[in-house]
Amino acid sequence: MTSATLAGLVGAALVGLGLYGVIVDPQPLRKILAFNLIGSGVFLVFGIVARKGAAAGLQSDPVPQAMVITGIVVAFAASALAVALTLRLFEQTGRATVRPDVEAKAPGAGADSE
Amino acid sequence: MSVLAALDVGLACVVFAVAAWTVFAPGAFAATVGYVVYGLLLSLVWIRLFAVDVALTEAAIGSGVTGVLLIGAAARLRGAEATPPEEGPSGSTRLVAACLCVLVAAALAAVVLLLPDQGPTLAPQAMERLPETGLGNPVTAVLIAYRSFDTVLEKVVLVLAVVGVWSLAADRYWGGAPGEARAEPPEPTLAFFAQVLAPVGILVGVHVFWVGADEPGGAFQGGAILAAMWMILMMARLTEAPQSNAIRLRLALVAGPVVFLAAGVAGVAVAGGFFAYPAGFEKPVILFIEAFMVLSIAVTLPMLVAGPPRREPRR
Repeated sequence: MTSATLAGLVGAALVGLGLYGVIVDPQPLRKILAFNLIGSGVFLVFGIVARKGAAAGLQSDPVPQAMVITGIVVAFAASALAVALTLRLFEQTGRATVRPDVEAKAPGAGADSE
Repeated sequence: MSVLAALDVGLACVVFAVAAWTVFAPGAFAATVGYVVYGLLLSLVWIRLFAVDVALTEAAIGSGVTGVLLIGAAARLRGAEATPPEEGPSGSTRLVAACLCVLVAAALAAVVLLLPDQGPTLAPQAMERLPETGLGNPVTAVLIAYRSFDTVLEKVVLVLAVVGVWSLAADRYWGGAPGEARAEPPEPTLAFFAQVLAPVGILVGVHVFWVGADEPGGAFQGGAILAAMWMILMMARLTEAPQSNAIRLRLALVAGPVVFLAAGVAGVAVAGGFFAYPAGFEKPVILFIEAFMVLSIAVTLPMLVAGPPRREPRR
């Protein structure tokens, strides 16, 4: 088995792990972490496609590489927005959970609600 | 089994183990620290895939800047964890979820194993036209020349993310600075570290951007290193985050996409096509665009990490 195939298998396993975290963990921050795991797993699968496209004296196809670089930056932007939303939820309600049945604090009790 | 193959297997096992830690760790903070380690290990995997540009981006943005963002969030959310731990879904739900995830992973693994040894590739086309761009790094050529429209839209996504984060501020803080006021003097160790590291880091960041035309590196990686230096200076309290209504900050945020789009539109008049660069001037035009992209990235990433404004704007 080549190192590229091995990396692709790791990518597949990471997607599975991340998906489990996103489904099972009730904390938004842990969900963001798990979602990033899925993302990097998908990028690794892209990486093996790039490696299999080695040609013209290049060790790796540059087009998937460029798409992964773009993807990493966009994933960061999405994570930053998700983290800001989570922190705002915590400031407003004193809880950081996406469970609908958890009681929020009375309105106005948050640290700096309007 | 050769040494390199053994290292590959070891690296794969460690990456998987650390990833599992970020999902199953008892505390959110421990999980986040695990994620930073995971990102750094992943950049080693990218090097083994001969994708050094991606490895640099993963180390700088995927692990470094994302790590600062998540660790900061985990620290501020510690209060939420003190309350009795939340129970997740029931055992049967977990079992169903686990089965589903194993199925997805197995399907992906099967696809990976079934890939042909020589897949379809755009590498010959990328190399064939490379001399016309004046660049030596095909990945930079894809980003700034062949698929420049993707990269412009990605810059727009970054600006929209900043707008989104700022929009979460309370009304009275709109236009103010993120983070707390610089009250106490800087912590000596951190301040010393920042003063030593920042000049070197700025030099490295500019170098990574400049060599990106011909070698692994480029605007994203260089911009992320510059962003990290600014964040270190802010953490050491040697400088403060600017007010979000500062005109210079806002100009720097949009400079990258605006210059890039303007160059693309100018291509219609000068070179006969949207995002066509004038013959003979491709490399200067590309470096000009990239310089503004570096500026925008170096300003955007710290603003995204700093979060929404938390102070009233000075009048």
